[in-house]
Amino acid sequence: MDVYFFLAKAVIILLIFGITLLIATYSTYAERKVAAFIQDRLGPNRAGPWGLLQPIADAGKMFFKEDFIPANASKWLFIAGPSLAMLTACLTSCVIPFGGTLDLSFLGISELVPVQGIDVNIGILYVFGLVSLGVYGVMIGGWASNNKFSLLGAIRAASQNISYELAMSLSIIAIIMMTGSLSISQIVADQDSFYKWNVWRQPVGFIIFLVCAFAECNRTPFDLPECETELIGGYHTEYSSMKLGFYLFAEYINMFVSSAVISALYFGGYHFPGESLVAGLMPAGALGHNLLTLMGILVFFGKILFFIFFFMWVRWTIARFRYDQLMNLGWKSLIPLSIANILVTGVIILFLNS
Amino acid sequence: MVLNLFYFLSFLAILSAIMVVVSKNPIHSVLYLILTFFTLSGHYFTLNAQFIGVVNLIVYAGAIMVLFLFTIMFLNLKDDAFTGSRVWFNLSAVLLVLVFAGILVVKIIPAQIGVASEMEFNSQIGMVENLGTTLFQHFLVPFELVSVLFLSAMVGAVMLGRREKGEKNF
Amino acid sequence: MQLTSRAKRVSNKKLSLGERLYLPAIVGGLGITIKHFFRKKVTINYPEEQRPMSSVYRGLHVLKRDEEGRERCTACGLCAVACPAEAISMVAAERKPGEEHLYREEKYAAVYEINMLRCIFCGLCEEACPKSAIYLQSDKLAPSFFDRSDVIYGKDRLVQSMETIKTAKSLKSGLTTSDRYVDKVFKDGKY
Repeated sequence: MDVYFFLAKAVIILLIFGITLLIATYSTYAERKVAAFIQDRLGPNRAGPWGLLQPIADAGKMFFKEDFIPANASKWLFIAGPSLAMLTACLTSCVIPFGGTLDLSFLGISELVPVQGIDVNIGILYVFGLVSLGVYGVMIGGWASNNKFSLLGAIRAASQNISYELAMSLSIIAIIMMTGSLSISQIVADQDSFYKWNVWRQPVGFIIFLVCAFAECNRTPFDLPECETELIGGYHTEYSSMKLGFYLFAEYINMFVSSAVISALYFGGYHFPGESLVAGLMPAGALGHNLLTLMGILVFFGKILFFIFFFMWVRWTIARFRYDQLMNLGWKSLIPLSIANILVTGVIILFLNS
Repeated sequence: MVLNLFYFLSFLAILSAIMVVVSKNPIHSVLYLILTFFTLSGHYFTLNAQFIGVVNLIVYAGAIMVLFLFTIMFLNLKDDAFTGSRVWFNLSAVLLVLVFAGILVVKIIPAQIGVASEMEFNSQIGMVENLGTTLFQHFLVPFELVSVLFLSAMVGAVMLGRREKGEKNF
Repeated sequence: MQLTSRAKRVSNKKLSLGERLYLPAIVGGLGITIKHFFRKKVTINYPEEQRPMSSVYRGLHVLKRDEEGRERCTACGLCAVACPAEAISMVAAERKPGEEHLYREEKYAAVYEINMLRCIFCGLCEEACPKSAIYLQSDKLAPSFFDRSDVIYGKDRLVQSMETIKTAKSLKSGLTTSDRYVDKVFKDGKY
């Protein structure tokens, strides 16, 4: 542990943060493009080549809009809502392993530097903790607006998040049982070959986790908290300007983080098929090691981008659930299913070990 | 450094705990309570008990307080909602505080507070593996009993929430 | 009792297990949307590309000149009579000696106004005109306006400009909409 190691870490953390924001920014653009393509349209194509400057134009618009606080709103909480949403969204990506290790011995760093913000041994719980805190931004904002629609949106968000958090963490337990660790990097390291990816070993858990991830991100078909047709804008009805922008942006960051978590937990993270073959072709020493890590990072981002696309694809395909359907699905289907999944996994592990 | 952090977290914890009691608006009370839980989790982290810290956040700050907030948001708490006698209310509050303080003085203060010796101290004691080993080897029966208790509470809640036969209202 | 032959009988049978799983149906839906994702887009990038207009489209009016550049209109008022929206008004005047190169007949329209708010672009004026003076162009739309005073088109904006007489002397531009329609029907062979 020396100064250079910490410096390298700081650079990695800054890079991860920047890339998170960049991808979230361009997710807004991608969302509009995907929506347009699925509806046989072209989508934004006026700002810059192929409309690539559209997110910047959107952000500029958001910044220059009037920042309005309703007269009877609770002012500080009204401001705290979007800030909390943004804060919890940004904090999550630091425990996700974006790649293997980098050999920076030419900089005088003797240790291998993992491409990960911090490798805590409770990484997955950290993600869950922040996800469960994420609902506060929505709740506080909705309550502070002093508006019935916002309050209804906030309450929907709260009950939805609590319900689906349960099924989500139960579906993860099966993976934790197989890996024997709560650290995400350990879980990724465990899936080092294609047939060992958790999606093959835990298909039911994967589907449960995927559905719950949609619900936790408040994405269609579970976007009841914002539900324009019933609640105008739900919890952000009263919000304008960059405060609204923060809420919308936090949703895209959450989407990025969920995609990263899904690919890390179920799709082998930065591992790719034929990795050992490629590793044999690489030059020996630090260069080959770093090249392989870089390839892993690229593969991981490819997986993340696919899942972001999948989120959008589903959004423009499926209609919104009704509220009682949402609750029935969560409590009567997903939770029993995930408990059964844990039991079956436990029995199989017991048989394999004995 | 760690000592400063400890003092800062303790100050914040006590301050927000006082604000829970003092603030007029129940929503603000709940938010201060959440802040208290955060500072407590911070204490756990400084003790290298990451698992307990995060579980405290998930369970208390993330789930239970959301439900608190959820319920309080539904209530329409106005000043005129309280119709009982102020005197009796204050009197019973004072009585309750006195009883609680009495318990504190009589039971907890004379109790032996364990002293950590640096020789025996294991920095890894708060990690998940050690915690699991301790729970499932030394405290297996109480642990399982507690889980049965939780299960029965859950079954009870489901029974209470179940719709009666023939009842049509949602 | 069956009221209409188009009534559909709704099936209220219980969903099978496969249907209650939702997932097969969702995957089917995803298949449909991804097919649309790669389909050819229907959007026309308007200012750069323009949709070809039908040859029988009735667009902005024009008051024609003849081959020598003289105004054809004699201010007979038949178009104003034919107009169901009463959008056309005119004031007639007598041609002075020395104005023969300007007006074809002895009488001409000193003022000729069409109120574009009233006009319904039905084309009855060009059907009524005995002098083939007024036409609805198939390639030009009445532009949008931002002021009510812009709506009433006078002769300054209606009369055909002198340049177009030299460039476009084709017979096509001298046909009424119904003539063009007959033309199109014969050309397409759909009659």
